[in-house]
Amino acid sequence: MIKIEKNAKLYLKLFTSTLTLSAFTLGGGYVIVPLMRKKFVQELKWIEEKEMLDYVALAQSSPGPIAVNTSILVGFSIAGAVGAILTVLGTVLPPLVIISLLYYLYDAFRDNAIVNAALIGMRIGVAAVLLDVVFRMVRLIVKEKNVLSILLMISAFVALQFFKVNIVLIIALAAIIGAADTIIKSLRERRQTKK
Amino acid sequence: MIILQLIWAFFKIGLFSIGGGYAALPQIHNIIVDGMGWLTQEEFADVLTLSQMTPGPIALNAATFVGTKVAGLPGAIAATFGNVLPSIIIVLALALFYSRYRNLKGVKGVLNGLRPAVVAMITVASLAVLFLALFPQGIPQSIGAENVIAFVMVALGFFLLRVFKLDPIFVILGSGGVGILLHFIVK
Repeated sequence: MIKIEKNAKLYLKLFTSTLTLSAFTLGGGYVIVPLMRKKFVQELKWIEEKEMLDYVALAQSSPGPIAVNTSILVGFSIAGAVGAILTVLGTVLPPLVIISLLYYLYDAFRDNAIVNAALIGMRIGVAAVLLDVVFRMVRLIVKEKNVLSILLMISAFVALQFFKVNIVLIIALAAIIGAADTIIKSLRERRQTKK
Repeated sequence: MIILQLIWAFFKIGLFSIGGGYAALPQIHNIIVDGMGWLTQEEFADVLTLSQMTPGPIALNAATFVGTKVAGLPGAIAATFGNVLPSIIIVLALALFYSRYRNLKGVKGVLNGLRPAVVAMITVASLAVLFLALFPQGIPQSIGAENVIAFVMVALGFFLLRVFKLDPIFVILGSGGVGILLHFIVK
């Protein structure tokens, strides 16, 4: 752990760093996390490289936006609870301000025929982007060549798409199946080492 | 009470979206569009479009958009607060216990189970967006020229993203440009 003196200057720097990162980073978690690493590990040297990697892993496996989760961990490790609150505020404020402004513009322009045509076109673009995202994620799961994962993915898809099963139920079931699989595997390993 | 409803709805979205970014999509669709009826399917697609073009996580952008629509600026703040609250509670708790339970096997197993389920959820939400892009007026009696054009545009966009690794923002803006162009041609 790197020791840092907590003072007003540190708090201000922490807040403005996350604010600028959040305000100028398009593309969400997967883009902002590497930039945070660059800022806090390489530039400011407030966090060690290894520690940062652990934070990213934790942020990815916790609920909520990855950018928010990482900023909480970074803020907490640098300046405790106050630091976490400052980094969350810094991360949250830019989208809050930008989208509230855009909302009113959107409301004013929505009935305009040209804006509408552009929006319809952009929806098609977003659909293509999502298709690409889905393609990459499915390929990642298939590449693992884990039968259970692939079965889980297919059955979750069928349950959601065709039977409208509740999402929370599927999350709970998937978590239980994953945990059970690991426990069974480690029990089997233990038995084999005994033999 | 609408403020409390906003906080609660986005608290749930934050709590059940594991894996960041697009993982929030199915929850937003499920709770905001289907459940509360705060957004139409079209508005949901527009929020996605705006999210792609502005900084910030999709869930936070959606929180501000929905909050503003339902209850103005206080609504936007309430929804944003609700969305980050699960993160603050859970991640702070994790940060505190991080050194002790770093390599817990059960936790890893849970994550291994969740990942494929999350992929399935994102696929379902994406298909809804794709459907709207192809058929803006619902399922038509017969396939019209606009449906064919939309299909070609999706295929072309997908091709550009996959093969040329084009930045998504260019695909979205380009599609918007084609939309405007077609508007004037049809006129």
